[in-house]
Amino acid sequence: MVATVMSAAEPKAARRKAWLTNVNAWLLLLPAVVLLATFTHYPILATLYHSFFSLGRGGASHFVGLENYIYMLDDDVFRQVLRNNIVFALATVPTSIALALLMAVWVDKKMAGRSFLRLAFFTPTVLPMIAVANIWLFFYTPDYGLLDQFLKSLGFSGHNWLGDPSTVMSCLAVMVVWKEAGFFMIFYLAALQTIPPELKEAAAVEGASRWYFFRRVTLPLLMPTTLFISINALINSFKLVDQLVIMTKGGPNNASSLLLYYIYEVAFTFQDTTYAATLTVTLIAILAAVALTKFVYLDRRIHYQ
Amino acid sequence: MSEIVVNAVSKTWGGVGGVDNISFKADAGTFLVLLGPSGCGKSTTLRLIAGLEEVDSGTITIGGRDVTHLSPAQRRISMVFQSYALFPHLNVAENIVFGLRVRGVGRAERDARLKKVADIVGLGHLLERKPSQLSGGQRQRVALGRAIIAEAPVCLMDEPLSNLDAKLRHEMRAEIRSLQQRLGMTMVYVTHDQTEAMTMADRVILMRDGHIEQNGAPHELYNEPASDFTARFIGTPPMNIISWQDDAMLGVRPEHISILENDGIPATVKAVEYLGADSIILCDVKGETVSVRQTGYCALPTGAQVALGWQNSHIHLFDRDSGKRRAGSALPR
Repeated sequence: MVATVMSAAEPKAARRKAWLTNVNAWLLLLPAVVLLATFTHYPILATLYHSFFSLGRGGASHFVGLENYIYMLDDDVFRQVLRNNIVFALATVPTSIALALLMAVWVDKKMAGRSFLRLAFFTPTVLPMIAVANIWLFFYTPDYGLLDQFLKSLGFSGHNWLGDPSTVMSCLAVMVVWKEAGFFMIFYLAALQTIPPELKEAAAVEGASRWYFFRRVTLPLLMPTTLFISINALINSFKLVDQLVIMTKGGPNNASSLLLYYIYEVAFTFQDTTYAATLTVTLIAILAAVALTKFVYLDRRIHYQ
Repeated sequence: MSEIVVNAVSKTWGGVGGVDNISFKADAGTFLVLLGPSGCGKSTTLRLIAGLEEVDSGTITIGGRDVTHLSPAQRRISMVFQSYALFPHLNVAENIVFGLRVRGVGRAERDARLKKVADIVGLGHLLERKPSQLSGGQRQRVALGRAIIAEAPVCLMDEPLSNLDAKLRHEMRAEIRSLQQRLGMTMVYVTHDQTEAMTMADRVILMRDGHIEQNGAPHELYNEPASDFTARFIGTPPMNIISWQDDAMLGVRPEHISILENDGIPATVKAVEYLGADSIILCDVKGETVSVRQTGYCALPTGAQVALGWQNSHIHLFDRDSGKRRAGSALPR
């Protein structure tokens, strides 16, 4: 008799306990869920929603299907900023990574003034982009800017670096590489310091040259860092546009405009919010694809310690 | 043949640590153990032979060739590191043939030698694994395989067994020793474990504070310790050293002391350690601890009064100030 009562009561108590645990867990998650939902998930869904509607300036907006996207594909400016952005990414990502690795290998050595050199390489990172843009704006100023003064002393004539569509992208790329490489160097430096020194000694006993060791051991062991950095650099090349506001406003003739800056212009200068939403969805899709490639494909091909 | 001669070698780091004017010789095809407590300079000596450190003065020759200023690769040696130093991103096969690839050995020969070595170290079924997927003992074998595939006449080992558990250590000890004899390598082996040194070595060099305390065969170190330091370092438990008359110290091994019915040195039993085959009885003799080894189980209670005795042929006398062995101290044996 007692046994049957016990067995009937037991599952009930267990269920009640499981329920309480669940409630507890959800309550603990609540603050994060509220913040994420309000400021990340809802805006993304709202943006996606708006991208399927007409602007409805003054009247009611109505569903237009993929019309905004079709318009986007025909938009010459969109094509140009996308092309600009791809060129910008291809120019800045590999260069800043290569430079970061070079600097890290250099300052990882035992030598005098090593801390000073590390600090010097890292300094551009701590400066705000707005300040950096203003400094470089002076470098590139025609005739009396630093670059032109230097070239003039060598006998060249002045050049409007930022005003010429053929040079403006290169100038911005150089500046961004200068700003970013020091930051990535820190990651490489940390990774280099986790490689045990015995590996180098073991390779030395086997007769491996320094270059062979670097190529066959150091580089593969740095791959997780390289992947992390390249994803970050790629994302940064799409989301870092502060310099355009200060230096070129996307000009001349959209030659230096990037996707995010174009979105900003469409949304706040042209007040075309639905088209801006369409462009934003496109940008998110690009970044999501990049992140997905990392998690699904590249992570499996890399050795993690 | 590849004997190693270390002649008057010194190495310090700004006057700290290192080794001071040491000389010794490892005969070709023999097993030499560098033994000593941590910081005695044994690893430094090994690294000097390997060429991973530069000597301050002195010369090193391997097989009659002066290698003092050659790079590690030019010395034609192989080495096993304490941490194994396996390349974590390469699998077992790639780790083992790393050196062959560096030297541009052809694929066919590489595969043939890999197969041979994998059989020797028993890793044939694990060649595709990464080091992180191996146990400590298996990693040790990979490091061993990488060392022997080079077919270098000299193999250097820096505490290769210190990261293994006791049982595995015992197995590997025998395996390394038989491998060395089978391949006829000259092996220099660094350890702080005197059991390893005694069981594996043809010759043991006991080091202390950067100099050689004693250089001899294992039985010489055990039976005729040149100083009280050697006497205390070799043997488990070590030799008992007690104060004696005339500024001397008297040493006698625990197995040479017997507990007598009467007419011995009075002692008090402090503790008994039962080891199975025998027991170690720790006794107090005028404030000094003396350990006595007795066969089988010992039922003496703590605090029991006993008398200790030994034969004069078993005693060793050491100078109190220098610690050096006194001539003729071990009376006729």
